[in-house]
Amino acid sequence: MSDRGKKGPREEQPVSRRGFLTTLSTSAAAVAVVGAAAPAAADPPRKDESEPTRIVLNVNGRKYRLGVEPRETLISVLRERLGLIGAKPGCERGECGACTVLLDGATRYSCMTLAVEAQDKVITTIEGLAQGEELSDLQKAFIHEDGYQCGFCTPGQVLAAEGLLRKNPKPSLDEIRLGMSGNLCRCGAYGHIFKAVQKAASTRTSGGAQ
Amino acid sequence: MREPNMYSSESLDAELASGYAPDVMDLPPWDKTTVVGAPVPRVDGHDRVGGTAVYTRDVALPGMLHCAVVRSPHAHAKVKKVDISAAKAMPGVHAIITVDSPEAKIPWILTGRGALSQLLDPHCRYEGEEVAAVAAETPLQAADAARAVVVEYEQLPMVVDYEAAAKPGAPKVHDAGNLPSPPRTSQRGDVQAAFATADVIVERTFHTPCELHVPLEVHGSVAQWDSGKLVVWDSTQGVYAVRDSLAIALKLPLSSVRVVSHYMGGGFGAKLELGKFTVIAAVLARITGRAVKCVLTREEQLRCVGNRPANTITIKAGARKDGTLVALEGNFLGASGAYPTGATSAYLLQDLYTCPNVRVTETSVLINAGQARAFRAPGYPQAAWALEQVMDELAAKLKLDPVEFRLRHVPTVSQVRSGQPYSSTGLAVCLRAGAEKFGWAEASKRPMTKGHVKRGVGLAAGMWGYAGAPSATALVKLYPDGSANVNSGAADIGTGTKTVFAQVVAEELGVPVEKVRIEYADTATTQFAPGSGGSQTVLVNTPAVRAAAADVKNQLLALAADELKKDIATLSVKHGAIVIAGDSKPVPFSALRSLGQRQQLVGVGRRAPHPAGKVALPFAAHFAEVEVNTRTGEVRVIRYVAAQDSGRMMNPLTFENQVLGGVTMGIGFGLTENRVMDRQTGKLASGSWHDYKIPTAMDFPTDFQFVAVDPHDTECNSVGCKGLGEPATIPAAAAIANAVCDAIGVRIFDAPITPASIVNALASKGGR
Repeated sequence: MSDRGKKGPREEQPVSRRGFLTTLSTSAAAVAVVGAAAPAAADPPRKDESEPTRIVLNVNGRKYRLGVEPRETLISVLRERLGLIGAKPGCERGECGACTVLLDGATRYSCMTLAVEAQDKVITTIEGLAQGEELSDLQKAFIHEDGYQCGFCTPGQVLAAEGLLRKNPKPSLDEIRLGMSGNLCRCGAYGHIFKAVQKAASTRTSGGAQ
Repeated sequence: MREPNMYSSESLDAELASGYAPDVMDLPPWDKTTVVGAPVPRVDGHDRVGGTAVYTRDVALPGMLHCAVVRSPHAHAKVKKVDISAAKAMPGVHAIITVDSPEAKIPWILTGRGALSQLLDPHCRYEGEEVAAVAAETPLQAADAARAVVVEYEQLPMVVDYEAAAKPGAPKVHDAGNLPSPPRTSQRGDVQAAFATADVIVERTFHTPCELHVPLEVHGSVAQWDSGKLVVWDSTQGVYAVRDSLAIALKLPLSSVRVVSHYMGGGFGAKLELGKFTVIAAVLARITGRAVKCVLTREEQLRCVGNRPANTITIKAGARKDGTLVALEGNFLGASGAYPTGATSAYLLQDLYTCPNVRVTETSVLINAGQARAFRAPGYPQAAWALEQVMDELAAKLKLDPVEFRLRHVPTVSQVRSGQPYSSTGLAVCLRAGAEKFGWAEASKRPMTKGHVKRGVGLAAGMWGYAGAPSATALVKLYPDGSANVNSGAADIGTGTKTVFAQVVAEELGVPVEKVRIEYADTATTQFAPGSGGSQTVLVNTPAVRAAAADVKNQLLALAADELKKDIATLSVKHGAIVIAGDSKPVPFSALRSLGQRQQLVGVGRRAPHPAGKVALPFAAHFAEVEVNTRTGEVRVIRYVAAQDSGRMMNPLTFENQVLGGVTMGIGFGLTENRVMDRQTGKLASGSWHDYKIPTAMDFPTDFQFVAVDPHDTECNSVGCKGLGEPATIPAAAAIANAVCDAIGVRIFDAPITPASIVNALASKGGR
């Protein structure tokens, strides 16, 4: 999971508050806005602490305009505001990976990502992998190989696998183990998860689907 | 709520005797099956991979409030004063209850000697004990307000080291002292005399860590009142157990408490009983008139809702030169936590191997830490860790192959249950088949590896001594279009229970799996089933499901015989149709007019009691190969074979998955997991997944195989299955310990075997 925490290119030109809110900023600038060391030019102090920060999130191909608290995490906004319950809170401190989503196609812990950070990114959640009721080849592979038990970590496992396969379409078993090692499964279904990833990889590389 | 007694071997026979009066259909065992035993993918797979499965954590009701709990930061303290004035005025706050509220007095931990605690107890006996709770409009508002509650404490002397707590003069967790019951002793034969006849004696002391369940979904509930009746969504393994305790706590009739647990994200024993968070949610919901969600944080989960108690186990074993085990003695000490619960199990020592002279002593001690709960085979992995290492040492002293030494002592009767025979015992087959698949004969004779990375092999055997509580009811409904519905109160905690139910209905009634819908784990709408724990779910419930399906089938055949004017003896069911002997054209169920007129057929099935005079239990033998880096102390499990006798394999996909999971958990128990308490402060030092390390994808062996040993047990129950979840984890850590010893030539007695313990052991032996 070497991409985790990787930031986008920093936008150097000063951004007005209005411009920031409506045109969306890069994640690096968004962090700066909420951080203590925010450059004064980028963000005049808010008048009222309870005034929500307005953001736009691009989730599964839809744009959502939202007012959030700066401290709200992406997982919290996905679940509590948008009703996208597929991202699961396992620890809410970047340890288990149950909340994994894709940001611009790369895996990311949504509990360690502030919602304001996720602006200007293409966010894909588990709900965005299927076409309507038609599951993706990877999701079907998880069912076929019984790549889960209780299922609570499963959306995160599927998205971690999706991120891995986009980066490395033909992973070896060792690369799969390493690639999936940021996602805990207490039921211990790892052996079946590996098989599911292998199956999806071979379907894709043989031109089976997607 | 009640004092759990799942550790007690004396209580086991009570389960055997209970059960319904035999008004159960006497079904002959299946011979060959087509759907049962097939690798049928999960019936709920779509929801699980699609992110649409609704877990308790995901339940959101209109107007629902969120709860945060204020907990003692001290290991032992008395609450002097609680000030909620600031918290009450914070945005979004609807209600706060504290140790001063009338609801705080709801009795908790009910025992024969009265309640040991209360819902919000001013006497806090461990770090994390509940002091107050807030209901607010958002989770963040609730957490903010909980932080604003000011509590004044008087700290008391505390003890978190269980060996220290058992000594005289230790700080008292309860006024009555740290040993709530006297040590339990049990003996058969004459141990002292037998040791005098032994040619070889091994005596060793082992320590096993406190292990935490850490299911991915933390504990939590949503409570809502409706005209004085309570509905609770709870992440639980047993909706009926939670209902019963909740009814007692809130003084409600059973019929007024509805507990629902559809998708639930893992339990491993930590979710078999009512939690305080559930009652807190119900109380706050009553006060506010709103639905209230109370979900723990991961840190709260690590501290407060159960663990596998740490054990100190001393085993003395004696054998004669001819390789006969003559005496076993075991002394067990376990840490219950702040409230009493059995914290040890000597069962394995008493029953795994034939031995005429056995004496065990078990002591459970209180400490200032969260109470232990059942954890996947309570007490057994600890006992296996000790016993199976001693068995290897004895075999080595006797110059016997450890497989052969164990094979000589495979019993055909249960020595604990007064010599009753087993309905089947596949232990010997597990040992032989596992050894063959593993290539034990060759692998065990390899000389020690040269270089600093050493390879070694080891094995361990195990059994699970709980036969299940045989009381369960199931309904099966058949609809006019030939589809069916199963109704059972069992929770599917991730083991595949629902899928196996659909397979059983398909097998018995001829309805395809994809046309079977499952209603489950809801005390208002589904039939009684015991909690999904103790490896009993499939073996207790599938016979009831099968009986219900058979009941429907008999009704259907009678209708068909009447309508088609055929002799009922010539009719059978297959692929959703009535097959008439000697007639090539089957009649689909949907073509039966009489079924259409009735709209549905309802079959009722009950679980029959266990077989009289027989004991039905599962067995296992595990074989591990490890690689030990003697410079870094790192251990890798590189190859593994698990042989399981769990009776009929219902579904190879879910069966293998249980075995994978059991072994993975055993790797954690043996190598990485350890709850660390700070002895100076009594606080949890391993309060996160960075510090409390469970196995990751990197820890699972790439070369893994399992062997399902099916002894074709026709007596255990009408389906022929025995338990699996627990026996799949019991021997795992011990097999790894034996493999480590084989690799480096030094035995390590304390779990987990960490890099430091390897390096230290090698250093004390004089070099690596």
